[in-house]
Amino acid sequence: MKDLSMHIMDIFQNSISANATVISLDIVEDTHANFLTLVFSDNGKGMTKEMAKQVTDPYFTTRTTRNVGLGLPLLKQNAERTGGSFSVESREGLGTKVTARFVLDHLDRPVLGDIPGTVVLTATANTKITFIYTHTKDSKKYCFSTSEVQEALGDVPLNDPLVYQYLREMIAENLNDIGVTLTS
Amino acid sequence: MEKIKSLADLRKMQENLRANIDLREKSNEPDKRIQVKVAMATCGIASGAKEVMEVFIEEFTKRNIDAVVTQTGCMGYCYAEPTVEITKPGNEPITFGYVDVKKASKIIDKYVLNNELVDGIIPVNYETIDNK
Repeated sequence: MKDLSMHIMDIFQNSISANATVISLDIVEDTHANFLTLVFSDNGKGMTKEMAKQVTDPYFTTRTTRNVGLGLPLLKQNAERTGGSFSVESREGLGTKVTARFVLDHLDRPVLGDIPGTVVLTATANTKITFIYTHTKDSKKYCFSTSEVQEALGDVPLNDPLVYQYLREMIAENLNDIGVTLTS
Repeated sequence: MEKIKSLADLRKMQENLRANIDLREKSNEPDKRIQVKVAMATCGIASGAKEVMEVFIEEFTKRNIDAVVTQTGCMGYCYAEPTVEITKPGNEPITFGYVDVKKASKIIDKYVLNNELVDGIIPVNYETIDNK
């Protein structure tokens, strides 16, 4: 995975496969504490304790099309490589929360990458799911929610190609405003 | 074009958007539209599925092709990622492998517009570990 946006797209797919209807992503950049944290939460079907323990094992997967599952192990590896931490909490029937914490200024921390594109692509390809994305940089915060967007759009569908462009632009502008640099 | 920055701006664009939709509405029965599914699992993403998906969305918008682009999971063809499944109305779905940005445009030119096949099609009888 080249950057954090790719990990994000990957972990979103886990929530989608778990039949989540609300998926949220919180990115917190704290320059004083020197941490960058990604928190994914969903209200999908969750996992049993045993399964939650196994998910970071590359040879564990629920799918039948292949016998490896690398999404979470790769994210864990990248987070821990910077001196950060990784955790998965899950309750069966309630949902799952994945937290990946990176040391912000560590050389091995992947850059953020195209987060607006990732969020909008995933949201517009899965219009039945509500996506909530919050980005906090020190004291500044931006929140994007597809339910608010859908309300603003009225009966215009979220997966309209023009909407896709508008939303990307909107998120990028707002991130820029709170001082987020996607290439670092 | 005005910059879109807030939900209020989005609301203002509604009319613009609606005009565009009306144009497309005539052929708006889902099974009469071209369906493109981009495999978006770890394997796909790591090999560039996101860029490929963007090319499909952008090209379809640019050339005014009525198609829906969605995501799907891993189909078991990790070796051939990024893979893209295209269903043209009235046709069996075809899965293309090794689709990079260049090949995505080629697939639109050849298969989507002219029904010509492109290299790298994954045969329908390919077996995954599951059914071996």
